[in-house]
Amino acid sequence: MLVGEVKSIRELYGLDLIAPGHRACAGCGALVGVRQVLMASRRPLIVVSATSCLEVTSTPYPQTMWKVPWVHLLFENAATAASGIEAALKVLSRKYGRQEHYIIAFGGDGGTFDIGLQALSGALERGHRFLYVCYDNEAYMNTGIQRSGATPLGAATTTSPVGTKIVGKTQQKKDLLEIVAAHRIPYAATASPSHWKDLANKVRKAQSYDGPSFIHLIAPCTRGWYFDPSQTIKVARLAVETRYWPLYEVENGRYRITHPVPNPKPLEEFLKVQRRLSHLLLPENAEMLERLKAYVNERWERLQRLSVCFA
Amino acid sequence: MSSVETAILPGGIVSRPGSTADYKTGTWRVKRPVVDLNKCTGCLICWIYCPEPAILKREDGKIEFDYEHCKGCGICSEECPPKAISMVEE
Repeated sequence: MLVGEVKSIRELYGLDLIAPGHRACAGCGALVGVRQVLMASRRPLIVVSATSCLEVTSTPYPQTMWKVPWVHLLFENAATAASGIEAALKVLSRKYGRQEHYIIAFGGDGGTFDIGLQALSGALERGHRFLYVCYDNEAYMNTGIQRSGATPLGAATTTSPVGTKIVGKTQQKKDLLEIVAAHRIPYAATASPSHWKDLANKVRKAQSYDGPSFIHLIAPCTRGWYFDPSQTIKVARLAVETRYWPLYEVENGRYRITHPVPNPKPLEEFLKVQRRLSHLLLPENAEMLERLKAYVNERWERLQRLSVCFA
Repeated sequence: MSSVETAILPGGIVSRPGSTADYKTGTWRVKRPVVDLNKCTGCLICWIYCPEPAILKREDGKIEFDYEHCKGCGICSEECPPKAISMVEE
């Protein structure tokens, strides 16, 4: 059950593992992505969640939106808890026969890029069988839009505002997937909720491996990126179509671009729809825009060269 | 809040899965999605992009809304391929 490629939307209908009534903002990109990951996932499933928007909005005590066993721990140790659960299930299997379970750990970009990085690295190195999903809204949205290691160059946040001294964040985004792939784990990939079939198949593929796997999911945030709630999926799609968010996978060290973008839209189209980045289009910030464009292009070209190498 | 469980279990355990459904987030809505069933093809694209989920499939394969929980974000209306969903002021 629930193996093999997802071919149509109808295969996923009825597989929801979350209930409505959670307190996420209208048009939350993270919830769309998380919902799609859960629908595609194999069962029985155990979910671990780091402190994040997802944790706060999904479990307003004494209620929960989860229809699967769910554990919340500290900000930094979602990966640690997932490895503990996996180890415990191994012992139970040894004592009482096979206990087939799949484990997914969810972390936001703060809980993965910054705070939980060493716990994640440890769990990947120990080789536990679990899927880590980082839903990346590119700042600490839950506490009020502070910059994180995932915030892109030039993005305005409350701790990197646009003013006379600086124009948004002055550093580039950390390339987390490369750090994860450097652990030589069986499967690592990026995904976007706008490309649901690509996402669902990456989840299926990740869970087919007997080892750690990682999915990096873009999660547009209407409050922190400043766009209308109805535009969430459009923004996610623009990120892919402008090559800002390349959809690729690293399977046993082999790179492959899963959604080639032969005719990319100009990066400006992605920037102009969000108020956190639209100031880069002003003539006085042209240099910043060039730096961001160069980063996006270099990353894409590198990926293209790598995927040709392994073709 | 429509129901608050009074019995608090040790360890902060929440024993009833999916209990947020008791809470009616539909009151947050400013605009209401309305589907034109003549145009709806039942492709379920709106359903896969709904953050709630507040879209249900009817027996004839077309869709209907769960207005008790729909927050009215309007993603469904934006993404609907035949443009069958319109947003109407409450």
